[in-house]
Amino acid sequence: MNGQLTSMSLDIAHMLAGALVLLSFMLLYQDRMYGLLNVFALQAVVLSASVAWQAHIQHAPHLYVTAMIALVLKAIVIPLALRRVVAKLGIHRTIETVVGIGPTMLAGMGLVALSMVVMLKATAHADPLAREDLAFALSVVLLGLMMMVTRRNAVSQVVGFMSLENGLILAAAGAKGMPLVVEISVAFSVLVAFIVIGVFLFRIRERFDSVDVQALDVFRGERQ
Amino acid sequence: MNFALWALPPFDALHAVLIIPAGAAVLLALLPGYWLAARLNALAALATLIAAVLLVLERPANSGGYLFVDDLNIVFVVLSTFVGFTTAVFSASYIGHELEIGRLTPRYLRFYHTMYQTLMFAMNLGLLANNIGLMWVAIELATLTTVLMVGIYRTHEALEAAWKYFILGSVGIALALFGTILVYMAARPVIGEGHDAMVWTALIEKAHAFSPELLNVAFVFLMLGYGTKVGLAPLHAWLPDAHAEGPTPISAVLSGLLLNVALYALLRFKMLLAANPAALAPGPLMVTMGLVSLIFAGFMLYRRRDIKRMFAFSSIEHMGLITFAFGMGGALANFAGLLHMTMHSLTKSAIFFAVGHIAQVKSTQKLADIRGLTVSHPALGWGLVIGVVAIAGLPPLGIFMSEFLIVSSTFAREPLLAVPVVFGLLVAFGALMLRLGEVAFGEPVGSTAPVEASYVPLFAHLGLVAVAGIYLPAPLVEWFQSVARLLG
Repeated sequence: MNGQLTSMSLDIAHMLAGALVLLSFMLLYQDRMYGLLNVFALQAVVLSASVAWQAHIQHAPHLYVTAMIALVLKAIVIPLALRRVVAKLGIHRTIETVVGIGPTMLAGMGLVALSMVVMLKATAHADPLAREDLAFALSVVLLGLMMMVTRRNAVSQVVGFMSLENGLILAAAGAKGMPLVVEISVAFSVLVAFIVIGVFLFRIRERFDSVDVQALDVFRGERQ
Repeated sequence: MNFALWALPPFDALHAVLIIPAGAAVLLALLPGYWLAARLNALAALATLIAAVLLVLERPANSGGYLFVDDLNIVFVVLSTFVGFTTAVFSASYIGHELEIGRLTPRYLRFYHTMYQTLMFAMNLGLLANNIGLMWVAIELATLTTVLMVGIYRTHEALEAAWKYFILGSVGIALALFGTILVYMAARPVIGEGHDAMVWTALIEKAHAFSPELLNVAFVFLMLGYGTKVGLAPLHAWLPDAHAEGPTPISAVLSGLLLNVALYALLRFKMLLAANPAALAPGPLMVTMGLVSLIFAGFMLYRRRDIKRMFAFSSIEHMGLITFAFGMGGALANFAGLLHMTMHSLTKSAIFFAVGHIAQVKSTQKLADIRGLTVSHPALGWGLVIGVVAIAGLPPLGIFMSEFLIVSSTFAREPLLAVPVVFGLLVAFGALMLRLGEVAFGEPVGSTAPVEASYVPLFAHLGLVAVAGIYLPAPLVEWFQSVARLLG
């Protein structure tokens, strides 16, 4: 199938993957809840487009399923549900970050550079499509990780986690011929993760009227 | 969705190990009433154990499907199902008390039993999977079920512990998936596209031809990902909270089993790297993380005020030691690591059985409020003393033997590395003895009400550990030796 990969189709794949990284950066500096959810939904749309494009150039129809799952679940259902959570809890005002936006962005750039260096070096002999896709995917994963670390609010940590999973799906889609098992399981795990998180948010709300994880941190460690 | 493949599975021992817990989970979800559910839970666990033993006696030929049995995973399966069964017996008496005092409602209890069997299913699936993708899915499922069980009391602390566990566990599992994808990428040019490039038996056969650079990067992700689940420092933050705040049977299965399953995944990938001569040696990475965990946890033991949290740190210490032993590699160190893992699972779950009843009768987990147990509750108190003496590594119990083997094999090969190992062990030993003296002896504090406990699981485990310290049956030694050779 390699022969059919024109430079044009490669460029489009890279553009979409690059757009995902860009959107991960945009997630980092959102300081309003609704803004954060909107950017996340947009990232899911781009992910879905990217996976669909991979399906097209790899002639792998099962990837369209993954793309559809990403579109329906992550771009529409989950953001809508989280919007309701946010509205219900009245936490739409601000997101508290642990570190300032500036240092976060700088650290993010460092992470992207790191993943480029590591992945491009490690995959020197792999095919070009997978190679750059993996580097972008790792960037999205690391940026998602960083977002989880730098946010205190439970909802934005959840968004960080799902953005991290976006990176994983990008990597799985880029790995040509990867069995369906994994793709569905990834989507499945997102669903399950969301249910779990939903349960948690619900409980946290019920118990403390707050989804600020810092309110939980009071109880960290040993109790006298 | 692999479940479709099992729509009409052949009912042999291999599938029984999976079908029994899965079926029991469904049944327990439908079944109201504590008495019947707790017994059914134990019965299902027993049936799974029998199936696992049958699997040892008559191993099915490798059919190249989604499941397989080899020398390595069968050890883990037998250990898992055994501790799963004894914990289910312990759980029946423990949970009955929780229901009585109203900490759990019948609805949550039904949920608890369902999750218990789901966890057993997920762990057995993770161990038997012949596909690295399926293994990942199973370990993720196991993580999610334990997250739900840790949060089951719905107190502040339980929710925080579950949340922390969930976030750290998910990050770990995400990194592991990335590593799994990278392994597939490395295998694809050699094995070809599709399902085969994720099948374990195919991977290990052709590992020598994989791209070493990709394997190296993959292993770093797998080490961090599954290492989080093993509880290796500095990725251990979830472990003490999850152990302290969940129901005690869950602490026992977490320490005794789930950490082992994650370690098993790590060992599989270590074998893969070892089969590729150009890839980086995975040993030093594991040795370093193991040593850091061992020494760090040893010191952390001194500051503990909560009894379950203290034993959780002791689990970090021992998982560190086991990872260290497997990192050293070689027939003797692998043998010692395997033995230590078995002994630790048995001893630590026994300790949690004792601690569970102690915390119930004293209605506290604070070390300061638990005193003089051997006076007020001789059976429980002495059970705890034997357990702690065993876990601290005193002769003649089983852990002494495995620790001695680890130290001596390290000393023979890398004398300098043996120094920090012995140091870490001594630090942990001091902490445990200090606390044991306070908790077990002296004037009793708090409730001295008699305890309704089933001592059978507790003393069955301790008995096995004591016997293993004196005499290991020759077939067992042979079996472990063959696994140790397999691990390389």
